[in-house]
Amino acid sequence: MRLFYTTVKYLSVTLWSVFVIAPFLWAITTSFKDFQSVTSGATYIPWVDFEPTLEGWRSLFKSPAQGGIAIVEPFFNSVIVTAAGSGISIVLGTLAAYSLSRFTFRAGPIRNGDITFFFISQRIMPPVVLSIPFFIMLGKLGLLDTLFGLVLVYVVLLMPIAVWIMVDFFNKVPHEIDETALIDGCNPYQAFFKVVLPNSIPGIIVAGMFCMIFGWTDFFFAFILTFTEVQLLPVAIVALNSSITPWWSLSAAALVSVAPLVVVAFIVERYLSKGNLSGALK
Amino acid sequence: MTLIASNLSIKSEKNYHLNDVSFTMSKGEIYTIIGRTLAGKTTLLKTIAGLISPDSGKLTFDGKDFGNIPVWKREIAMVYQQFINYPHLTVYQNVAFPLKQRGMKKIEIHRRVMDALSQVGLEGFETRKIQALSGGQQQRVALARSLVKEAKLVLLDEPLVNLDYKLREQLREEFRGIFDSKASENSILIYSSTDPVEAMQLGGQILVMDEGRILQQASAKEIYENPISTKVSQITNDPAMNLFDGKIEDGCIVLGPEIKFDLPNHFNGLPQGDFTFGLRAAAISQEDTGFPFSVELSEISGSETFLHVRHEGLKIVGLLNFVQNFLVGEKVSLKFDTKHMYAFAPDGRLKSSPYGGLQ
Repeated sequence: MRLFYTTVKYLSVTLWSVFVIAPFLWAITTSFKDFQSVTSGATYIPWVDFEPTLEGWRSLFKSPAQGGIAIVEPFFNSVIVTAAGSGISIVLGTLAAYSLSRFTFRAGPIRNGDITFFFISQRIMPPVVLSIPFFIMLGKLGLLDTLFGLVLVYVVLLMPIAVWIMVDFFNKVPHEIDETALIDGCNPYQAFFKVVLPNSIPGIIVAGMFCMIFGWTDFFFAFILTFTEVQLLPVAIVALNSSITPWWSLSAAALVSVAPLVVVAFIVERYLSKGNLSGALK
Repeated sequence: MTLIASNLSIKSEKNYHLNDVSFTMSKGEIYTIIGRTLAGKTTLLKTIAGLISPDSGKLTFDGKDFGNIPVWKREIAMVYQQFINYPHLTVYQNVAFPLKQRGMKKIEIHRRVMDALSQVGLEGFETRKIQALSGGQQQRVALARSLVKEAKLVLLDEPLVNLDYKLREQLREEFRGIFDSKASENSILIYSSTDPVEAMQLGGQILVMDEGRILQQASAKEIYENPISTKVSQITNDPAMNLFDGKIEDGCIVLGPEIKFDLPNHFNGLPQGDFTFGLRAAAISQEDTGFPFSVELSEISGSETFLHVRHEGLKIVGLLNFVQNFLVGEKVSLKFDTKHMYAFAPDGRLKSSPYGGLQ
């Protein structure tokens, strides 16, 4: 019986792993193929099944005129927009969350919980609902097709995530810590920056990670709100899919777009396994 | 230097957290606020600290109106029931924090921090992280952080309640030592507790609180000898004082059809009529000449036995020396030492105590 359970366990783990990893393997092998190998049916093992070539990877760094694909600029556009959007969201979100967690706000029937819900409700609507208002607003402000416009939109989209995570985090930090800081001679701002904030780094990292993932992988708004001047990576990659799709370049570009998230996940995982994410405050 | 509270009240929608609290405290004295959970002890301490503002009433310290001074300028020290330290700092940095905040010179900070750490027995722990310490050690760090400030007002909110028994006893002893020697000369020390034994051991002045009100303020000895009401007698005794409804009739205390005692001398001035009589558990002993009770529960506490017994409607708790074994339902004969009996009016006010309070 135990053998049976063990078998089932490993079998399911294996199946799931295949499900998760297979697309990556597919993309990796495809990125080393040329036109011939891609179109000649499913092949997997380099040098045996097909002759590997670096053409797909080289094309990432060539200009379209040289037969490459323009991916470098969208990549850095994405980095700027995601970093700025996440950064601003985290700063504003953390401040908002702290005040929502510590002070009581009253406006008619509205209480702290309602304000928190208001933030979260921004993410309840399907993005399509927001796209037209965003388009019109950015158009009026002359910010369509600009990095700044995108950053603004991303702050609107990402800050609710930051507020949500950080309110929850601050609610778990005992009030007595703030109070002790006040008693020890800190004014409320010093109490926040000298005591609460240094102890909230784990929460900030988690919130930051979520913001970066959502920001980096967003396709919809990047697609709607830009035309030719500014292109973000997901849009650039999808744009490769035309009448003659360079599958090798597309695969290489897709892998490049995943890489930053893998790095983030790796860093956070290290941080998580050190046990720093919980137990600092109890 | 005095701390004067006049008519402090804090009210929520339904009930009072503080109800017309007034007191005067002067330096060099330990004040213990004793009360059950939710009696308003923490609220009172936080109000004194300035973390909560009273709805009405005034707090004056050293001649200054505390109401206009924010927490961070009050220069007080407070130790919480939970072990509150700054988890991102080491032990040394934790203790140094309030001094750094004051902008004190590094050499002076070092001298004071090392001094405070040695007082609480944490030398050699300077570079440890807070999470790496045991509960008792964490509370010592919090204590050191409050000592290092040499604050004029030190608030201790049930600081020992989350520690295990042995450590509690030990730390309580050390507290006395620390505060007797140094801080208390120039400061007012306010200690809150639910534990009567702790309050009595600390000595000093005791404020008995219940439902946001101060029921009695007096020295520990006075509270023990003359609790002004049945409520105070319940809060300040562990186990709570036994209370029996009865009457004085024809020179006898009558507690029931069969239970009668001769009037002890200190009750001579009392008129006939209904009373609530109080007797501490320790004034009840097992003797063959006593009244028969049946055992409901027998608890062993250290080297003593708490015996819960009943006789018809009368339920009492007796404290017997040594560990003794009883069976549930077993008959025991108990003698009441009426020399130590209290008499309260039916509304709860003290009428007569064995120590000569009121008549």
